[in-house]
Amino acid sequence: MATIQGKTGEWEMVIGLEVHAQVISNSKLFSGASTAFGAEPNSQVSLVDAAMPGMLPMLNKVAVEQAVRTGLGLNAQINLTSVFERKNYFYADLPQGYQISQYLHPIVGEGTIILDLEDGETREVGIERLHLEQDAGKSIHDQHPSQSYIDLNRSGVTLMEIVSKPDMRSAEEAGAYLRKLRTILRYLGTCDGNMDEGSMRADVNLSMRRPGEPFGTRTETKNVNSIRFVQQAIEMEARRQVEVLEEGGEIRQETRLFDGMTGKSRSMRSKEEAHDYRYFPDPDLLPLELEPAWVEDIKAGLPELPDAKKARFVETLGLSAYDAGVLVADRDTAAFFEAVAEGRDAKLAANWVIGDYFGAMNKSSASLDSAPVDAAKLGGLLDLIADGTISGRIAKEVFEEMWESGQAAGAIVEAKGLKQISDSSEIETLVDDIIANNPKQVEQFKGGNEKILGWFVGQVMKATQGKANPGMVNQVLRSKLG
Amino acid sequence: MSEFTKLTLASARDLLAKGETSAKELTEAHVAAVEAARPLNAFITETPEKALAMAETSDQRRKAGEAGLLEGLPIGMKDLFCTEGVLTTAGSHILDGFHPTYESTVSGNLWNAGAVMLGKTNLDEFAMGSSNMTSFYGGVENPWRSASDNRPLVPGGSSGGSASAVAARCALAATGTDTGGSIRQPAAFCGIVGMKPTYGRCSRWGVVAFASSLDQAGPMARSVRDTAIMLRAMASYDPKDSTSVDVPVPNYEAAMTGDIKGMKIGIPKEYRLDGMPDEIEALWQQGIKWLEEAGAETVEISLPHTHYALPTYYIIAPAEASSNLARYDGVRYGLREPGASLDEMYEETRGKGFGAEVKRRVLIGTYVLSAGYYDAYYNKARRVRSLIARDFAKAYETVDAILTPTAPSPAFGLGDKMDDPIAMYLNDVFTVPASLAGLPGISVPAGLSKDGLPLGLQILGKAFDEETVFKVGGVLEEAAGFDALPGFLAA
Repeated sequence: MATIQGKTGEWEMVIGLEVHAQVISNSKLFSGASTAFGAEPNSQVSLVDAAMPGMLPMLNKVAVEQAVRTGLGLNAQINLTSVFERKNYFYADLPQGYQISQYLHPIVGEGTIILDLEDGETREVGIERLHLEQDAGKSIHDQHPSQSYIDLNRSGVTLMEIVSKPDMRSAEEAGAYLRKLRTILRYLGTCDGNMDEGSMRADVNLSMRRPGEPFGTRTETKNVNSIRFVQQAIEMEARRQVEVLEEGGEIRQETRLFDGMTGKSRSMRSKEEAHDYRYFPDPDLLPLELEPAWVEDIKAGLPELPDAKKARFVETLGLSAYDAGVLVADRDTAAFFEAVAEGRDAKLAANWVIGDYFGAMNKSSASLDSAPVDAAKLGGLLDLIADGTISGRIAKEVFEEMWESGQAAGAIVEAKGLKQISDSSEIETLVDDIIANNPKQVEQFKGGNEKILGWFVGQVMKATQGKANPGMVNQVLRSKLG
Repeated sequence: MSEFTKLTLASARDLLAKGETSAKELTEAHVAAVEAARPLNAFITETPEKALAMAETSDQRRKAGEAGLLEGLPIGMKDLFCTEGVLTTAGSHILDGFHPTYESTVSGNLWNAGAVMLGKTNLDEFAMGSSNMTSFYGGVENPWRSASDNRPLVPGGSSGGSASAVAARCALAATGTDTGGSIRQPAAFCGIVGMKPTYGRCSRWGVVAFASSLDQAGPMARSVRDTAIMLRAMASYDPKDSTSVDVPVPNYEAAMTGDIKGMKIGIPKEYRLDGMPDEIEALWQQGIKWLEEAGAETVEISLPHTHYALPTYYIIAPAEASSNLARYDGVRYGLREPGASLDEMYEETRGKGFGAEVKRRVLIGTYVLSAGYYDAYYNKARRVRSLIARDFAKAYETVDAILTPTAPSPAFGLGDKMDDPIAMYLNDVFTVPASLAGLPGISVPAGLSKDGLPLGLQILGKAFDEETVFKVGGVLEEAAGFDALPGFLAA
């Protein structure tokens, strides 16, 4: 358990996260308007999204399906009856004057997420609920000296608000939670998780307490739009609260706004100033009733999720928990790895994917889609190692060449003559030469200096540009020197 | 008054079918009547050119053998229905200059059936009122005048413009909307027929919302048959309205067999109010007699939660309205009054854009939904509402329909009760319960008050059993033989 050392003793953080995840669907929660990112302002706005008089919301079934899929992916309870309510407040980018959301009866109830921590440990964090709601539009304040512009493209887009229980105790855990949640959402195909496009945003609830004591008063920091910022916001807010508490002050329950530019947060409104949202069931919509069979169908169609995949990689492929964790963190990476490992040594495949392949991708800022070496080509390289055509060391050289040229491993080995020398007579001739030309070193070996063997291996490799089969070289040297 | 404007919708339809008149001729007569009736202020927007153009295409359609249910029949459209390209105001300043780019489902259904639009009829602002006095475009006059004094009277509300226009023979029929009585009460005040169908029967899509769980469109005309014909064209299942119900729309006119022998009609004892005028009670008794004479059996029933209907309604309707009207903020359409900040712009726009009654209801609605009051008001009202619905459900286990007065008084003077909202709200005492229960009801003109003003009787039916309502309503109409004409037509 991570604690913060204050002037007066230890403090423990209590963290809960509310994540707004934009649902992947072609149209909005209650209208047919498109949800594509980056369109011209106000080009994806239906009469409903603009709250024209007499317009009525019409529930998008795909959005409901995505929420159910997400709930199932979080091992959560699916509520067969849920209710859309109106959350009333005035703002220029909220055309209806209310947001249609779910309040007392969310579509998804309690669930769990398993965090994979740095040290390889895991930790369970509870999910309190998941509900569906509309996004608001966007106010643009920097285009005119005294007026604001409104872009309603985002107005009415489906969000899932995923609320965790106050189960996290450090910024690292919060980061791990967000990463894991994002991974699960991406596996499920229910949210693209792109925080920089705003399709996943987090609000941080944080309070401090002495270890073992009841929860303290919390603050909510809104609008934190990257994992790094979430961790930063937590550290800053924890320190601020400890300072206040240690000086004998009290934490005010308030909403704070995070500023990514300064990395600081400031008070937005206190509990007293909090909006009274006057939630009430939206009379334009009937309670949402789900058929149990429909939910079962969705469940049957779920992909293998990261925890299950990781367990399989460890148990049936023999990977370490760490390697398995790295590989399943991204659905495409896991699929890539599985394609490479198919019919090959899984551990070798994992080492290559995590080591050389990720390294090359990072260096050239490539993605799996754009990388010059695909799974089949990497597999081809591993095959050449496996059948002894090249050594592991040469393979690294071949891989670099493959990354440069996009050519297959075999072609490069052929063209550059990198095929491993496994012909014993050729190696013997070389070894004889080296022994004959270096009597001093032979003497040392015979005098008991075992380390000098390495020098002899080096000489053979040098003479063959590294192509000699290292196992054979060792064997021949020992027999000739011994 | 032209011969054509005296016709009922049904007889005009039949004349057109026989080729004895044309949509053009019929429309011209009504356009002239609309113009002549301007002192009543029944229309906010007259659309004579559109009417004549629609009439011409209607005549062509008829020639081509493609006549719809309402082919060539000129009607008024309550200015709560959004009409494409035609100013739509909801009787409010805040919708200044609003020309929808879309057509409400109900009005679209009517045009598809061949109806011709004469214009947009006046109404209480956002349909909030029982007198039509809250309209930004001014009050509407009832074409009837009291025999004892000649001062102008209200047509009732909120569909006062439609009621007045139909009574004054400006339109063969008109649309109304009914949230707590806004079709039935003005129909009673103006001596016409007004029908509120079951909630979910007509689409609310494109109708400016007042209280979403109560609002329901319906027809207003001069005979029960006419409203039956109108409703068939107005009603449809609409996937764009999640509360619209997917049930077949029957031929209501065909249901009017005149045969109610053996039917059981409930007479709710709780509708006998203290201080109710004798003439209302007498008319009710007369109605009971008429139905019995036609072979129905009347039985006293109890709807024990009736007493709570008005307070329940005046919590639920304003609660929904306070949220529904939040969109009128000056940002996207309608009135915008400038302000130095966003909040100031809101305050100026909504302060100037809404009238006193709308403000009153928005404030009440905001209050009853507020933290700390929600359970005491809104939640309790929702529970009472379901008790009221249960009262009806229980009653309908033994009766086929229910007979009550429509309103506790005849039309009152223009400007009366404006300083007493409670007295004004009492107008809806007989109509609100069925609204809360979502049930169909019709008001049929059944007699005159001692001052010579029309009085209505109301028939309530089971959910989606409008056919029985029309059938019993038709028998009542026949027995009452109401044929008095409003003073405005004599003048």
